[in-house]
Amino acid sequence: MNEERRKLNIGLAEMLCGGVIMDVTNVEEAKIAEEAGAVSVMALERIPSDIRKMGGVCRMSAPEMIMEIKEAVSIPVMAKCRIGHFAEAQILQELGIDFIDESEVLTPADEEHHINKWDFEAPFVCGACNLGEALRRVGEGAAMIRTKGEAGTGNVVEGVRHMRNLQRHIKALTVMSQDELYAEAKNLQAPIHLVQYVAEHGKLPVPNFAAGGVATPADASLLMQLGAETVFVGSGIFRSQNPAKTAKACVDAVAHYNEPVKLLEVSRGIGEAMPSISMEELKEQEKLAGRGW
Amino acid sequence: MVSIVGILYLQGCCVPHEKILKKLGVETRRIIYANDLDGCSALILPGGESTTMLKHITPKLEDAILTFAKANPVWGICAGSILMAKHVKNPSQKSLGLMDVTILRNGYGAQNESFIRKIPMKLKENDTFEGIFIRAPQIESIGDDVKVLAFDDEVPVFIEQDHLMATTFHPELAKDDAIHRYFLSKIES
Repeated sequence: MNEERRKLNIGLAEMLCGGVIMDVTNVEEAKIAEEAGAVSVMALERIPSDIRKMGGVCRMSAPEMIMEIKEAVSIPVMAKCRIGHFAEAQILQELGIDFIDESEVLTPADEEHHINKWDFEAPFVCGACNLGEALRRVGEGAAMIRTKGEAGTGNVVEGVRHMRNLQRHIKALTVMSQDELYAEAKNLQAPIHLVQYVAEHGKLPVPNFAAGGVATPADASLLMQLGAETVFVGSGIFRSQNPAKTAKACVDAVAHYNEPVKLLEVSRGIGEAMPSISMEELKEQEKLAGRGW
Repeated sequence: MVSIVGILYLQGCCVPHEKILKKLGVETRRIIYANDLDGCSALILPGGESTTMLKHITPKLEDAILTFAKANPVWGICAGSILMAKHVKNPSQKSLGLMDVTILRNGYGAQNESFIRKIPMKLKENDTFEGIFIRAPQIESIGDDVKVLAFDDEVPVFIEQDHLMATTFHPELAKDDAIHRYFLSKIES
């Protein structure tokens, strides 16, 4: 990826702003998502809540399944590869996928290294719990960051924690002097030029989306109001009582995220949200957000 | 009177337009509802996903845009140019039909096929412009009233029809405000 390609890849992320990206596992779901107004779909064999239940190693989805979805919709299609699994990423790039998610939701393939995303032409999105992690991923070439939250739980608390954490730290950088920024880069374990960029602009060098545990239109609005530019909704759509209605309500809630009147209107009559898990029920090894380094 | 440029703010790449216009000393307004257009002198339909924007454009807002476009400058970028076209293919979908154009969605392909090329054009100060094409639509044909301001490889990429204009690439992502200034010049004329 050269600078030109990087500009195109960050540009695509910018085009998705103010939208909802939905997890889909088949053509039918992809069409429901597109019809509801999703800006993009994430093609994967199992959504996070099912990954939690089934256990075992979770890998990149089968290419034919991703292709079927790609052919069924006109919006951009994303797919996930395991952290550090650059061979899976090579396959996804060959498939012509629009965005590759190097995702902690799948079982990591490398517990030390992430993918060198500069080796690829395709754009990558990566998860982050904090600013240091976000800037390390951008340093490796990510064109979009999403706060991780805790996928598949229907519990937005971790997503909120990560977004708050990130925004607080970004704000703190904007009032630091140059000599403080060098020390802060050391604390963050992040490249100094990216730390300087954040300090100067008050934002990440790439669009900042939110993910993990979004179950209702109100959850989506909350993350937008906390500074997300777009929201990923995974299990929240197709494990809810009425996926088509929930999908549309989430799309409307993101577009009108700071209008309570509209939020009330779209929150009515959409049925039950997905089954959820409180953080206390999760064992430490069941938490996905800790994956990634 | 101070000009206010409206930006359709339902989904997509809006903030870069706000920044450029602010630098040019122009006030902007986020257009979400029909009455937001009251008092605006021009309207930008930004890049993004046209299918998503269509879901958000209510009949009332559509009417307001159509009325507004009769007398005021409107500029569609990428997805916005799809909304402006009379005919949309690949797949066919509804549009505002403001310009006599047939356009193909994702006409160049998916993200792998996105590209940046210098676009020759005949605006006053610049001979070329950095054309950033992202999953861009392709203009297939244009009516007699449509004038081409720039071609890329013989395909029109920057067109105008009286006070309406469309670009299939993204001037808001380039470090050059020439096309924004050209659009603003339509307000005065």
